[in-house]
Amino acid sequence: MADEPIISITDMGYTYAQAERPALAGIDLHIERGEYVAVMGLNGAGKTTLGLCLNGIIPHMLMGEQTGTVLVDGKDPGTTVVREMARTVGIVFDNPEFQMSQITAAEEVALGLENLGVDPSEMPERIAGALRLVGLEGMEERSPMGLSGGQQQRLAIASVLVMRPIILFMDEPTSNLDPLGKDEIFEIARRLNQEEGMTVIVAEHEVEVLAQYADRVVVLDEGRIALQGPPSEVLSKVDALTALGLRSPQVTAYAHALSGASAGLPVTIDTTLDWLGARA
Amino acid sequence: MTTEPAAPAAPAAPASAAMVDLHDARYVYAHGNVVALDGLTVRIGAGEVVGVMGQNGSGKTTFTKLLNGLLKPTSGAVVVDGLDTRQHSVQSMAAHVGYVFQNPNHQLFATTVAEELAFGPRNIGCTPEEVQERVEEAVAFFDLGAILPLHPYRISFPLRKLVGIASIFTMRPRVFVLDEPTTGQDHRTTSVIDRLIRRLGERGDTVICVSHDMPLIAHVTARAMVMWNGKLIADGTPREVFMDTSAMVRTHLTPPQITQLSTRMPGRASRPAVLSVAELVAEAQERP
Repeated sequence: MADEPIISITDMGYTYAQAERPALAGIDLHIERGEYVAVMGLNGAGKTTLGLCLNGIIPHMLMGEQTGTVLVDGKDPGTTVVREMARTVGIVFDNPEFQMSQITAAEEVALGLENLGVDPSEMPERIAGALRLVGLEGMEERSPMGLSGGQQQRLAIASVLVMRPIILFMDEPTSNLDPLGKDEIFEIARRLNQEEGMTVIVAEHEVEVLAQYADRVVVLDEGRIALQGPPSEVLSKVDALTALGLRSPQVTAYAHALSGASAGLPVTIDTTLDWLGARA
Repeated sequence: MTTEPAAPAAPAAPASAAMVDLHDARYVYAHGNVVALDGLTVRIGAGEVVGVMGQNGSGKTTFTKLLNGLLKPTSGAVVVDGLDTRQHSVQSMAAHVGYVFQNPNHQLFATTVAEELAFGPRNIGCTPEEVQERVEEAVAFFDLGAILPLHPYRISFPLRKLVGIASIFTMRPRVFVLDEPTTGQDHRTTSVIDRLIRRLGERGDTVICVSHDMPLIAHVTARAMVMWNGKLIADGTPREVFMDTSAMVRTHLTPPQITQLSTRMPGRASRPAVLSVAELVAEAQERP
């Protein structure tokens, strides 16, 4: 890991135009290169807004007032052109169909490259490479609309990866997918993080899955960071999460009920089996 | 183990009073000759709360569309509340089968919550007094009194979801079909929906809940079905179905985390899997 955080947010706030309260306030967040960060929070807690602040959609394309500082790979999204930020931060949303507009998968992926002004002769190789990263190799000529939900979401990820971002922000990427589709997406995120060294940020409700993959959990509550730290630290705070309308993994709630502890609890099945063994 | 239709855990009525009765129901989409439902035979008794699981494309949606008559079986029979769907229009089936959409934004259209609740019963020809009575019942059941004058889009998403269910409730259907009621919802909303489905069950309503939310299935249903390739491959209590490894693996379903933990804990291999954290905690406390 490099010494400088890849993302450095200091006392940042954002209020949408005509909103009664800020969507984000007092955000201090420093993310290291190669980290896998899970963002939890109720609907409306500010998860999506945080992502939009990273790639410059805020403040360039949305009306509102931003305070504090944001630095992403040394660049200020507020003064950097969105096209440049797209090379740094890729964003994937919850509904892949909204992102699909082209006739073939290859054209879908090419769209981002065209916007970046990449030389057409370079495109086929980069497109094939991006499709390979998400397990859709050889699907260049398929229609996006003929793909399964999981495949569409993988295509949406490929369309972002082709721009070679160093950070991938996924906003509830599996909420419209069936169990197989969900597994596919989390496996790709794990591979990109562990094998390609990408910094991955995932906003998700499925806490059991997050506990398995994340290096760090950030909990947002009404636009503020309520808790952050390693999964075993944050998710052990069973009562605090309940008070925030969230929950811990079921195994953690179980360990909490048995021990009364709110720190150092197991968050996965395997670590719970070890924990139970040590208590016996 | 569970491929034979198992008896529901707590049948509220004798089998002769099946609320939903499919006999060898087959549905083939005309375009591309796709067999969406491959000879489904299943009976659901009045008052049962049933979960239906399976991947996209497994036939779940076709199954639910057969119930409200939106689709008619290519062969075989679908009888709901004693009515053969081939002989009744979608409108007349709507009074018997209430379909709650996954996204309430696709369902709500009136300018106030009160209007939204009154629309259904008025549309099926209820008198103004009856409409009033049904709306009052829904307001009490869903606790919507404070938001009646508001526009459905001015209330929070969780409340909007409740209004979506309440506006079907006022139709007094015999069968509620809930399509992915918790998808994309945060934990707070999920708990509200969880509680609500249990209350519908306690009232004796028949509820068919299509969902991938395993903790929800574990908490609210007495019977779980797994569909695969247009067929029913498991049908039993959630406990039985979650332990049916072959059906779970084939459909990429994973039981709730606490259920998985219970099946892997040393020293309790002979005991059945648990469905909730509370169940496993109680077990630990009763041990010496």
